[in-house]
Amino acid sequence: MTMPALVPAREAARVIPGTSLFDGEAASRGYALNAMCYSFNDAQNRESFKADEEAYCKRYGLTREQRDAVASRNVLAMIAAGGNIYYLAKLAGIFGLNVQDVGAQQTGLTVEEFKRRLLAKAEN
Amino acid sequence: MAQIVGGIFTSHVPAIGNAIAKGLQDDPYWKPFFDGFHPVHRWLAAAKPDVAVLFYNDHGLNFFLDKMPTFAVGAAARYENADEGWGLPVMAPFPGAQALSWHIIEHLVASEFDITMCQEMKVDHALTVPLALSWPGADTRPVTIVPIAINTVQHPLPSAKRCLALGRAVHEALRSWKSDERVVVFGTGGLSHQLDGQRAGFINKDYDHFCLENLGPAPDALTRHSAVDIIELAGSQGIEILNWIAARGALGESVREVSRNYHIPISNTAAATMLLETVTALQKVA
Repeated sequence: MTMPALVPAREAARVIPGTSLFDGEAASRGYALNAMCYSFNDAQNRESFKADEEAYCKRYGLTREQRDAVASRNVLAMIAAGGNIYYLAKLAGIFGLNVQDVGAQQTGLTVEEFKRRLLAKAEN
Repeated sequence: MAQIVGGIFTSHVPAIGNAIAKGLQDDPYWKPFFDGFHPVHRWLAAAKPDVAVLFYNDHGLNFFLDKMPTFAVGAAARYENADEGWGLPVMAPFPGAQALSWHIIEHLVASEFDITMCQEMKVDHALTVPLALSWPGADTRPVTIVPIAINTVQHPLPSAKRCLALGRAVHEALRSWKSDERVVVFGTGGLSHQLDGQRAGFINKDYDHFCLENLGPAPDALTRHSAVDIIELAGSQGIEILNWIAARGALGESVREVSRNYHIPISNTAAATMLLETVTALQKVA
């Protein structure tokens, strides 16, 4: 079954390169993954995830796509599967990744290159 | 009526909280940002506010996608900070200005803002970092608080126009609050930044300067862009400028700029701090 588009045509037609809008469709699709990430506010839940990642993901009913994205630590794939960065940041924290590590991973740069690119924005 | 003394507008990047915890204020990376708070500290020492009304956005500490209010007003006697999942030290609870919260809520609903009212509301770095920056070195701050959370995560987002109108309605509520309390308003977050997608690291100096130039004298200029326009211009999380726009509305018609600081980058963000003083406060001082 395919889900009908939830967003008004005007905003749905809008394309911002390299940017996804977290609209109703994405929030519906990403619900399980984001719910799991929200649970990581609790230190005990972070430990449970680390102890048995597979079982923890199963408990939250992640889709195959979401489970694969988490297993491969691939943030762009998590976003494609409906993940929202505010919640994903809590998962990234478990993997020892901060927002600059995540930025580097998504842009295909090393962390040093990503940081240099940010610094360069002060100049231009 | 309560006296609105001014508004503090600042980025709330979590890494700032870590830098405070580690005492990195004079570190070369951090100093250009922290130095922007010296005028704020001097001003606060003279303005001596009793209450802080804070417009901010929750990042998945209190609100999840199961129930996502567009505008949520705290009405608690006490607000807890808590573990956000990635290691920021948890701050001591903040006392709420509960009676003022209910007064604001009454006024907002009477003005047809159908807000969500919260007697339990955990407050995250978007509220705690600006308070820690404004009153450094203290475990407790000399103010009680009213937190007002704006949804900046789940689309559809409120428009900039609606956020400015919300702030203006809060201004009316403060003006009709029968108390001699001195109120400082906070708008937190921004400026341009984007954490997610191939465009991660996006910064737009031109748009940021447009916001800083117009926020004080002509805030309606910031409402010409839709929420999606702002995301295009300022990045996915640059949309946090909505908190600044609402806070600006709460200051009333005329303001004077006391200080401004803009620095690229703090973490992935074009960081900014601005202090606006209300004209009434100015007359009282003079």
